Amino acid sequence: MTTTKMSYDEALDRFEPVLGLETHVELGTASKMFCGCRTMFGAPPNTQVCPTCLALPGSLPVANAQAIESTIRIGLALNCSIAEWCRFARKNYFYPDMPKNYQISQYDEPLCFDGYIDVEVDGETVRIEIERVHLEEDTGKSTHVGGATGRIHGADYSIVDYNRAGIPLVEIVTKPIPGADRLAPEVARAYVTELREIMRSLGVSDVRMEEGSLRCDVNVSLMPRGSSEWGTRTETKNVNSLRSVERAVRSEIERQGAVLADGGRIVQETRHFHEDTGTTTSGRSKEEAQDYRYFPEPDLVPIAPDPAWVAELKAALPELPSVKRKRLQAEWGLSDLDMQAMHNADAIDLVEATVAAGAPAADARKWWMGELARRANESGTALAELPITPAHIARVTELVASGALNDKLAREVLEGVLNGEGTPDEVVDKRGLKIVNDEGELSAIIDEVLAANADAAEKVRSGKIAAVGALVGGVMKASRGKADAARARVLILEKLGVSE
Amino acid sequence: MSLIQKSAAELGALVAAGEVSAVEVAEAHLDRIAEVEPKINAFLHVDREVTLGQARAVDERLRSGERLGPLAGVPIAHKDIFTTRDMPTTAASRILEGWRPPYDATVTRRLREAGLVILGKTNLDEFAMGSSTENSAYGPTRNPWDLDKIPGGSSGGSSAAVAAYQAPLSTGTDTGGSIRQPAAVTGIVGMKPTYGGSSRYGLIAFASSLDTPGPFARNVLDAALLHEAFSGHDPLDSTSIDAPVPSVVEAARQGDVAGLRVGVVKEFGGEGFQPGVQARFNEAVALLESLGAKVVEISCPSFATALPAYYLIAPSECSSNLARFDAMRYGLRVGDDGTRSAEEVMALTRAAGFGPEVKRRIMLGTYALSSGYYDAYYGQAQKVRTVIAREFEAAYHQVDVLISPTTPTTAFPIGERADDPMAMYLADLCTIPSNLAGNAAISVPCGLADEDGLPVGLQIMAPVLGDDRCYRVAAAVEKALESRWGGPLLKEAPAL
Amino acid sequence: MSAITRDEVAHLARLSRLALTDDELDHYATQLDAIIESVAKVAEVAAEDVPPSSHALPLTNVFRADEVRQSLTPEQALSGAPAVEDDRFRVPRILGEEA
Ligand SMILES: [Zn+2]
Repeated sequence: MTTTKMSYDEALDRFEPVLGLETHVELGTASKMFCGCRTMFGAPPNTQVCPTCLALPGSLPVANAQAIESTIRIGLALNCSIAEWCRFARKNYFYPDMPKNYQISQYDEPLCFDGYIDVEVDGETVRIEIERVHLEEDTGKSTHVGGATGRIHGADYSIVDYNRAGIPLVEIVTKPIPGADRLAPEVARAYVTELREIMRSLGVSDVRMEEGSLRCDVNVSLMPRGSSEWGTRTETKNVNSLRSVERAVRSEIERQGAVLADGGRIVQETRHFHEDTGTTTSGRSKEEAQDYRYFPEPDLVPIAPDPAWVAELKAALPELPSVKRKRLQAEWGLSDLDMQAMHNADAIDLVEATVAAGAPAADARKWWMGELARRANESGTALAELPITPAHIARVTELVASGALNDKLAREVLEGVLNGEGTPDEVVDKRGLKIVNDEGELSAIIDEVLAANADAAEKVRSGKIAAVGALVGGVMKASRGKADAARARVLILEKLGVSE
Repeated sequence: MSLIQKSAAELGALVAAGEVSAVEVAEAHLDRIAEVEPKINAFLHVDREVTLGQARAVDERLRSGERLGPLAGVPIAHKDIFTTRDMPTTAASRILEGWRPPYDATVTRRLREAGLVILGKTNLDEFAMGSSTENSAYGPTRNPWDLDKIPGGSSGGSSAAVAAYQAPLSTGTDTGGSIRQPAAVTGIVGMKPTYGGSSRYGLIAFASSLDTPGPFARNVLDAALLHEAFSGHDPLDSTSIDAPVPSVVEAARQGDVAGLRVGVVKEFGGEGFQPGVQARFNEAVALLESLGAKVVEISCPSFATALPAYYLIAPSECSSNLARFDAMRYGLRVGDDGTRSAEEVMALTRAAGFGPEVKRRIMLGTYALSSGYYDAYYGQAQKVRTVIAREFEAAYHQVDVLISPTTPTTAFPIGERADDPMAMYLADLCTIPSNLAGNAAISVPCGLADEDGLPVGLQIMAPVLGDDRCYRVAAAVEKALESRWGGPLLKEAPAL
Repeated sequence: MSAITRDEVAHLARLSRLALTDDELDHYATQLDAIIESVAKVAEVAAEDVPPSSHALPLTNVFRADEVRQSLTPEQALSGAPAVEDDRFRVPRILGEEA
């Protein structure tokens, strides 16, 4: 295990990276891939298991129609061809969290193949080619007990929960991606981000990386500049956040660069990514390669999707995120930079929903990307997790537009909603946040302020109109912010007999 | 005539008429089991109380007016490869000793729904791998005709139980002949339905693309009644056929072969076939002709490669199917002393828990699926499978059924082939092609071989979902032969 | 020449998770050699243009609706387990990484 590293820039000066990404997406079906057990995340151990997903003797699998459909939709969204006829295959290897000691997967006959998606990085469009999209089943989960670290090495024994075993898993494999060059880490991240959004728009998975419903293996190899022969690749597992995807690629480029620069050679192996250090460590060497003895799964019959049905699924695909972003950007008249910022903040859907609820795009964007983004950032939650809805924001913008609220009051209303004090209208009522636009009341406040600030009033009367600001400020203070400042200014000037 | 000598149809009628209770019928058979079991060893598990509980429940259902099928109250011996909630299920392996399944196989469930009463679980070759029941981890079963001979296999406990009047009916599974061969060598009827015609859910898998549950009985009609009781589409088995069960009971009642075209498989005869077997088979051919069938000879040259293809496909699938027996979730665990790894415990457990034939086949299958060998072995065997299916198809354009001796020889002595796998495998020579093609096939008694006085079976093969043809021909042969013999062949068997 | 060597049999035993003794390896090597030689007869069938059959019957598209069915209780699920801890299956320490 080497920890020597080369700086990223130095590595990139000498070598060119080739990427590959294998992404596993847990489908959000109600039941498992081959049995009727629930797929709820976080259920008590071994409560979502049956003879089939525990591999009890005699049990048999039956494929989940929804999972097949979702996989085909994913393939179509990724511009893949859909197999006319394909089979499941058994991948044979012994491992305690895999109940049958074979995984039902697909081998040389994936359901979807030969697709692509385009991602944008730094204003450039990069086409990522998709090798295959296939359907398989997830494994159970082991907890390692004893030993110092709680990790697999040095553990005394393990305990296994099979709730996750048999949850449908879609594997999306890219073709090798050369040419990303210095942007390789960003390209990898942008690709996974795009995949995640496509899954969301298709509604096939909740794609929560922190819950493992989207998992990524990152393949990296380096070749010397000027060479056209790809180097030996490593496969880094456990890459479970967007940031980690980027870091893992960077770290592996730095590590491999150092090894190669020292005249060493890269071993084809599985590596593990560690969130804490941002580095990878060696796992099992693939040179003592497993012989998985794939063969067609005899317990399941071949899949032959009806082309007419596939065409229907294709026609019914939702607008894909990249297309939608372009459309919204045009509709909202935003710059690339603004749009990118909203994309990075996961704000696009929220703004869209807010606009749909009646708010002008500029206002919707202002609130989500300003006040609310700040709040989310402070509390360390995602924008979408804030306890406020697009409809709330739309109502607040409406109140501002009608003059019932000003910006300051609107912020107070939002705070009230975030505190759980109710809808914007309820917060306005409870906190008494309406602008004072009763002329009589306002007039009375102005009279008080003028009386108390005779000097300033005199300056204004004598033509120093700029001094009116202090008087307006006094009115705002006296009204505790509820006065309409513009109206107050007009009334003050009127009372002082000054015109602009 | 005592209850144990009656046919299943007769017992069902007596129970339905209220002339005898399911409990009385079960008791008579449990008594018979207790009496002859020390000689036969057909059962791995008998639990008098559980069985009588089932029988009482059937009597209660009948009393409450529930309409059950024609076999309600009839006892049955159940091959110990089907899961049962109320009895252990071991597949005759040490690795599953004492395992209590938390679920019923579909076949088990349908037996219960039809009101059959399960007498116990019958012995078999471990995981159904074998042709003699000598591969059971719990000792061999003996042939009621000659206690020194094998009862066939793998469903040898089920064939012996029926031949020894311990049960009127039993279940079996047929992967390469495991129902037909034991039926032939014990002088009873055994049917392998069309693949997918009966559910594999809850049947502990040996070779998934071949395994087929089927019935044993002492006569053709009883076999058809049982066939109908547990067959038919099962949504829990993806390979189950979603079509009505062929009208097997009607065919068994008809038993008429006039005008039927019968093909004699040319390759299954002559050298390697015991003269007494060949003689009885030839007589059966003549009998069919005399009954109005049109008999022709059909050559199926590829059948010669069925045996090698089978001994690649079945072990390949079994090497994967049996991987789940790993000491982690259920069954035996050996060598877990707190220092050994899961990997080591798996290997020690599997070495201790599996018998030699199972280990042989697992390794053979692992070999055939390995990269570098796959194409030459497993891949080529699958192609041979296609060739055989096509040859069947061509034959069924010319004839309605094909016939052959069920086995090349009568029951052989226990121990004779135990350490000679290749000789053992020959027992399934004639039965394997139908498994590879997924076709229906039945074995019906056709007499005793002159040399040893042991039963000979006639195999009748039919295309996919042609199960009724098997019963129709078998019933005609049975009727004609029994009138010639003056009763069933089993009355020639020595008393136990 | 034998079809399979003793070393190959040892490799197969490892792949199959079977802890065999040296004597057993010798014994199985002899038997497997004979069996493999015999089953190699499948090569004699001219089947170049013949598609392989992985299944007995040509069924396709057998699916179940995405509906939840009753699972086992944890007690049932764990009833046959050699060792249990915290409603989980307790297994000896795991050496290799997940594949
Ligand atoms: Zn399940």
